[in-house]
Amino acid sequence: MNAISEKDFMPVEKLRAMQLEKLQKLIPYEYERVALFRRRCDEKGVKPRDLVTLKDLAKFPFMKKTDLRDEYPLGLTAAPMSEINRFHCSSGTTGKPICIPQTAGDVAVWTEGVCRCMAMYGITKDDVVQVSYGYGLFTGGLGAHYGAEALGCAVLPTGAGNTEKQIMLMKDLGVTAICCTPSYFLHLATVAERMGIDFRRDTKLRHGVFGAEPWTDEIREKIEALSGITAHDIYGLTEIAGPGVAGNCPYCHGLHIWEDHFYPEIIDPDTLEVLPDGEEGELVFTTLDRMGTPMVRYRTRDLSRLQTGQCQCGRTMRVMDRVHARSDDMLIIHGVNVFPSQIEACLMKVPEVAPHYMIELSSTETMDRFEIKVEVTADTMSDSMSAMEAVRKRVAASIKEIVGLSPKISLVAPGSLPRSEGKIKRVIDNRRK
Amino acid sequence: MIIRQISIFLENKPGQLAGICRALAKAEVNIATLSLADSADFGIVRMIVDDHVKGARVLTEAGFAVRETEVITVTVPDRPGGMAELMEKIDGAGLDINYSYAYALGHGEKAILVFSFNDNAKAEAALKG
Repeated sequence: MNAISEKDFMPVEKLRAMQLEKLQKLIPYEYERVALFRRRCDEKGVKPRDLVTLKDLAKFPFMKKTDLRDEYPLGLTAAPMSEINRFHCSSGTTGKPICIPQTAGDVAVWTEGVCRCMAMYGITKDDVVQVSYGYGLFTGGLGAHYGAEALGCAVLPTGAGNTEKQIMLMKDLGVTAICCTPSYFLHLATVAERMGIDFRRDTKLRHGVFGAEPWTDEIREKIEALSGITAHDIYGLTEIAGPGVAGNCPYCHGLHIWEDHFYPEIIDPDTLEVLPDGEEGELVFTTLDRMGTPMVRYRTRDLSRLQTGQCQCGRTMRVMDRVHARSDDMLIIHGVNVFPSQIEACLMKVPEVAPHYMIELSSTETMDRFEIKVEVTADTMSDSMSAMEAVRKRVAASIKEIVGLSPKISLVAPGSLPRSEGKIKRVIDNRRK
Repeated sequence: MIIRQISIFLENKPGQLAGICRALAKAEVNIATLSLADSADFGIVRMIVDDHVKGARVLTEAGFAVRETEVITVTVPDRPGGMAELMEKIDGAGLDINYSYAYALGHGEKAILVFSFNDNAKAEAALKG
């Protein structure tokens, strides 16, 4: 065990005492500085001093993604701008993004989370780490970058895209670990094969740190068989930190949560009651150390379970099941959070198309395919091909602007998409599960 | 001569054009000529029919996206050079063609060319003489 991992093995009693102590500081801090939280506490008749034991956290109100949207940009920011060190943004449920300002301390906690994950995977300062997550407002790239740098690794910040160059650098610089989405790695593998490069023979790659989108054991097995690397799982979300909230150890069938920084609860998404460990429900996190944008009982909408019993590795940090479903309609496409309501908002901006649409997702050998079918109307219809193509381009541009992705836009005949009386099905997800 | 053309959206899947023709046949609308424009993902079929009002109506009722537009027809003798003479006239008048297609009338007597110009009114005037 190295110094970085020491905290992972903290005695449970000490961990619980630490969590309570941190919560008893966080709740008054949030109450004092964030109007929305104060108002909701007052409505519920709960005061910060009511937090006496960890169980009392259940008395406090939840925060949701829509709160982040409604309070955009800075309504949930607790620290003054002079203390803010970094902004990250993620997609909201409609056009407006969510914005998470962080202090230097917040970035340090997040960095520590990534660093502890990497140490747990067996990555050391001797490794050469390629970060192929997108850099920028998205937390993937910078999160992995800071974590690997803190561990002392040699970091190659390639970012996303330009795949052939990535493979050349991986080979030439002796990259031993790569951080990216599992679907991007599968794409890399296909391009490498086309270039005549065999990961086993031609590269030193041993570790893959995969996250930002749901993936399965089947994909893990495929990646490992294809490339000879060990595929590690990293979990996180911008609202709470970024990647590095949890990761898997060599023993557990799930992910250890860094509970000394991120306090997990599982709730029933319908009754909102807290469920005991071992039961499946919606994952809720409270940030124990965050000063910039603290989150109290943030509903992730990710469905998971907190496992009971001690992991073989000896870590005391509880293990969550890998997230395999959500309690809302959010889709994760190429690592980007997409809500059908966003697509709808984009289409509304192009008056020539009907409000009828269908999102179709499927998997090719290596990548997710993202297609949006839009119905043509008498208004869209033209005798000119270029006029029709222009409509399609306007739809594509509107989606690119708001969602940040470039799906294939297909024009389809009027009335050809399914209608229904009740809740209309807008998404067909045929991706590998 | 300025006439009305109907354009219909074609999804890129089998049976689309047959459906259009069937709907017109049932309503006893006769197709004089048609042309297909296609991209990789969808197509547009442009038609001259004997009754464009009825044609557009039955196709709309059958669920197709239909647009009526004006096009210009020009009759040329069906012999070598017939087309060349017309094109020289069009170029001479500085007209921009969006698209064009043709059909023959009778046997080897006359051909009718259908044009969509950038400025149909100007084209109509220029080609009259």
